[in-house]
Amino acid sequence: MHMKKGAVAVALLAVAALAGCSTTASTTAADASCAPSTGAVELTFTTWLPGIEDVVAVWNKENPDIQVKVQTGPNGNGGTYQNFFNQLKAGNAPDLGQIEYDALPNFRVQDGLMDLAGCAGVLDSKNKFVDWTWGQVNFGEADHVYAIPQDSGPMAMFYRADLFKENGIAIPTTWAEYKAAAIEIRKTGGYITNFSQGDINQFAGLVWQAGGSWFQNDGTNWSVDMTSGASSDVAAYWQDLIDNDLVSSIPAWTDEWNNAYNTGKAWTWDSAAWGANSIASGAPDTAGKWAVAQSPQWNAGHKQAGNWGGSSTAIFKGSKHPAEAAKFAMWLNTSDEALTMLNQGANLYPAAKSGLELPALKAGVDFYGGQAIYDVFKEASAQVSPDFVWGPTMTQVYNDVSDGFKSAVTGSGTLEDALKAGQASTIAALKAQSIPVKE
Amino acid sequence: MSNLPSPRLPRSRGPRESVLARAGVLIVMGVFTLYFLIPIWWLFIAATKDRSQFLSTNPLWFADFSLWKNIGELATYSDGVYFRWLLNSVGYAGGGALVATLIAGMCGYALAKYRFPGRELIFNVVLGGVLVPATALALPLFLIFSQFNLTNTFWSVLLPSLVSPFGVYLARIYASASVPDELIEAARLDGAGEVRTFFTVSVRLMFPALVTVFLFQFVSIWNNFFLPLIMLRDETLFPVTLGLYAWNSQVNQIPEIRGYVLIGALLSIIPLIITFLLLQRFWRTGLGAGSVK
Repeated sequence: MHMKKGAVAVALLAVAALAGCSTTASTTAADASCAPSTGAVELTFTTWLPGIEDVVAVWNKENPDIQVKVQTGPNGNGGTYQNFFNQLKAGNAPDLGQIEYDALPNFRVQDGLMDLAGCAGVLDSKNKFVDWTWGQVNFGEADHVYAIPQDSGPMAMFYRADLFKENGIAIPTTWAEYKAAAIEIRKTGGYITNFSQGDINQFAGLVWQAGGSWFQNDGTNWSVDMTSGASSDVAAYWQDLIDNDLVSSIPAWTDEWNNAYNTGKAWTWDSAAWGANSIASGAPDTAGKWAVAQSPQWNAGHKQAGNWGGSSTAIFKGSKHPAEAAKFAMWLNTSDEALTMLNQGANLYPAAKSGLELPALKAGVDFYGGQAIYDVFKEASAQVSPDFVWGPTMTQVYNDVSDGFKSAVTGSGTLEDALKAGQASTIAALKAQSIPVKE
Repeated sequence: MSNLPSPRLPRSRGPRESVLARAGVLIVMGVFTLYFLIPIWWLFIAATKDRSQFLSTNPLWFADFSLWKNIGELATYSDGVYFRWLLNSVGYAGGGALVATLIAGMCGYALAKYRFPGRELIFNVVLGGVLVPATALALPLFLIFSQFNLTNTFWSVLLPSLVSPFGVYLARIYASASVPDELIEAARLDGAGEVRTFFTVSVRLMFPALVTVFLFQFVSIWNNFFLPLIMLRDETLFPVTLGLYAWNSQVNQIPEIRGYVLIGALLSIIPLIITFLLLQRFWRTGLGAGSVK
């Protein structure tokens, strides 16, 4: 057993050491011009979306000269990102890869992404995508594009319509009302929601909604700001709910957590569009009793939404056929045909504007009492701030902050302490990777 | 044992234990047995349940028994790729362990029975290999295999599995103890070549050790997750461990997959159990031999 632990530690060290080397990988001579290749080409595309083979089969049938071969693996943080970095170092990266928005800066900093601005039709398609998703893939550089947006996770509030009605509690529209409702709900024995201690993504989405941004990049330097303004306000708000026992703190995505929703102990969940399926599957006994409303606002009358999750299709440096790859990526993420299949097979909520009008996203959903819930998410999608920036070391940020959050919910320390510690360790991590950071 | 006469000793020659000590031992063993079996029991129960009952019923007892239905769904999900994974695992682990045992057996035998310059040096280098964990080698292997365009192939997982430093060590120890030089000499006098001597005489004598090496290697290849994770991209080449891990990483967004992960995990331990039951007799002898000598 000791031996085994040692083995893992050594392996991680080795990985870290090699990953360290790859940060200094030299920039290859100017980006390829993205000129079309002649003759038939074969592209490789690594993604972990279920059912992607069927979507690609449709493309392959229509495009005999651009054949796409699907490669797969675990989700990004489960190993596929590390594989991408290894492959970039070994020079055999796939042509295309799925990368979540929060991991894109990491690949950009390590110079793994091809600039698609030179590829025909890519820059012009800016207006085909929801504004803020474009900001996620060009990092605010107007004439550059480093990936094609694929899906998004605009946030709204899932709530138990029946319980609110039976107990005569109004549906909260502001976070102040949300706390008032939490007090009422606590009297009935339930909790208004569960504070997700391990899933920092959700918290980041709440900060996003409040107008904060943990990172900024002025072109050369990164700055980290997790402890002021919106971020600390949101932390203080939830700390208050935790201190007063108004929210439960079950680890998310566990049986216990599902059970809390299934038995009516948890009444609401401020979550992303794809979360609709999580509830339907985790709380089957509550079918028909849920509804969706706009997230509570910080200021009454405002309309701001956060975002949780979402990914893009990137083309890696070293691809020999960027023009064809870009063409495929555009088809995959803007054509109704592909978006419909991705929505059905992988439960994706599109980043393309036209995708928000798909028939499947217009219909009422039985689990939510027949409500056309995606109308709410469509509205939310338009309200997501385009200014939120992810940092280049998000895996580390998530790990460090979630450690702090876990102790905060057990009563030692606060969420703000966790963010402070997270900020310090993030700056240290950036420095360790020789990424310029302002303090 | 001593050869002094001791007529008054009772039949059982072990030290007498008090009832209390025995009970204590039993309790400790019972607790450990439970500790190891409960997760498997939980897995079995979970695999027999329908998705809707999975969360709402007692996790340690049966609800409606839908094991066969679940297996049927697993067999059709994603074109039955799961059984492909299982087959791959058997291929990697079975084929890899077989060849690894052959190589380790021959190598250990040679180190034990032939005298040649550098013998101890070679043996020590091999011993050093025991100390290097396989996981630490995965990434360098990936970079080397990339040079030869061998990543994402069956060979990228099989080739690194063919070496077993521990197997060489065990085979050498066992061969020097259990294969008498006189026997080899006799075989040579009768006109058998070295290879024939090895396969007809020595292999039989070394059999328990070889089975142990086979089992060790089989289990370690079966459980080796890191190497396939780094090497493979093509779903049809995955071993079952990597495939289930990949599915499990999507459970948050596609909750339906969870049932497949559970039933898949249950089925994936069956080949290991079968291998162990068939070979455990040899396994024990081999282990003992390795530890005493």
